[in-house]
Amino acid sequence: MTNIKSIKAEGGLTEEAHPSFFKATLAIIQKDLSAEFRSFELISAMLVFSLLVIIIFNFALELDVKVRQSVTSGVLWTTFAFAGTLGLNRSMSVEKDRGCMDGLLLAPVDRSVIYFGKAISNLIFMLVVEAVVLPVYSLLYNVNLFRLDLIGVILLGSIGYAAVGTLLSTMSAQTRTREVLLPILLFPVVMPVLLASVKASNGLLTGAEFSEVLTPLNLLIVYDVIFIAIAFMVFDHVVEE
Amino acid sequence: MQPRPLVLKILDFASVIVLAVATYLALVFAPTEAVMGQVQRVFYFHIGTAWVGLLGFIIAALAGILYLVTKDARWDRFEVAAVEVSTLFFFITIVLGAIWARPAWNTWWTWDPRLTTAAITELIYIAYFMLRQGIEDPERRARFGAVYTLLGGISAPITFMVIRLFRTIHPVVVGSQSAAAQGGFSMTSDMKTAFFFALFAFTVIFIDMMWHRIRLGNLEDKVEQLKLKVSM
Repeated sequence: MTNIKSIKAEGGLTEEAHPSFFKATLAIIQKDLSAEFRSFELISAMLVFSLLVIIIFNFALELDVKVRQSVTSGVLWTTFAFAGTLGLNRSMSVEKDRGCMDGLLLAPVDRSVIYFGKAISNLIFMLVVEAVVLPVYSLLYNVNLFRLDLIGVILLGSIGYAAVGTLLSTMSAQTRTREVLLPILLFPVVMPVLLASVKASNGLLTGAEFSEVLTPLNLLIVYDVIFIAIAFMVFDHVVEE
Repeated sequence: MQPRPLVLKILDFASVIVLAVATYLALVFAPTEAVMGQVQRVFYFHIGTAWVGLLGFIIAALAGILYLVTKDARWDRFEVAAVEVSTLFFFITIVLGAIWARPAWNTWWTWDPRLTTAAITELIYIAYFMLRQGIEDPERRARFGAVYTLLGGISAPITFMVIRLFRTIHPVVVGSQSAAAQGGFSMTSDMKTAFFFALFAFTVIFIDMMWHRIRLGNLEDKVEQLKLKVSM
């Protein structure tokens, strides 16, 4: 119930009966962020998990200088994808377990506000984790991953991942198998994002020509736009009681 | 239980016949391909099953949209039937493709766009069944199923486009001449007869199986309702 209160306090629900779309979305993001930055439950779990995945990859693939050049983008995106499901699962089951979702659904706002709020806060969690993983990876393997173009690709990929992931985690949270189901539902559908991101990042890291990177980048943008639109349209059906 | 309608009985009968004819055309009637030899005959059923597999997935996505719009449980049963039958046919496609690929490409499997997309599509629809299994409320099961077929139906073509960036060795038999080096070939008129008849045959079989599956879905629904009545 504290969540509803915090929406009221922070999002300005009391000022007007029907807050604007933007304001309401912001309120949900604010609620998620303030809950998270109080405990760091989710981000710390994602971070530690990411580092473990990188360590496993280090030994599984024997990441010496030569191998590293060709697999860096693959390792990064696998890490982000795995850590992402961890975060998505947690962020949705928190809503479900403590009945917060019902509170959100009762709020006099459009249902898509809930979707965008959750999706953007999931995206922020992912970006925070990525912002830590990138420098750590750069440090461990002596490559410079701080490049604006690479960060752009990571941003686009994470947007697509969070857009679909938020929708599917809302669905999987309402099934019997819950956490187990999310990666099974999510990975085949989000495959284009992962493939295009790996292709684009790989192109950038190996210094390919920009025209070669452009096609996966375009597909990434197309995927993001299409799936945000679809999720926006069908989210109503996913939370309907 | 309602008896089978006459049309369905005829369709059952027709399915068996067209399958037999298609088998004859593919295995005996069509000439042996010059380069690949007998194994090329797998191609007729490979395309036939692939065609109905894809058809079913498109039908499922459309049925999913119709369900979300109308909330009519009939569309849900239609969608389940399409996905279930297609998943089976698509699996047969993959297996037949592997049988062909072994002598033609000297490997059972390659990470070619079409093969990879087929595998991912198959996984999407297996996930679909797992999703449905985990939900008890039939209304919610239908809603989530519809949303997921929609997502899967849109994501699969994009996956294909993305993987195509990597590279392909899958032959394009219809409508391209450049693929001969990858195991493509041009069809003689007898081959075309066998090819188009296989497409027709599998379409008939597909419709027949869909119909049976929808009837089964109706029965399942009835059983569920009766169970509810007994437990009350």
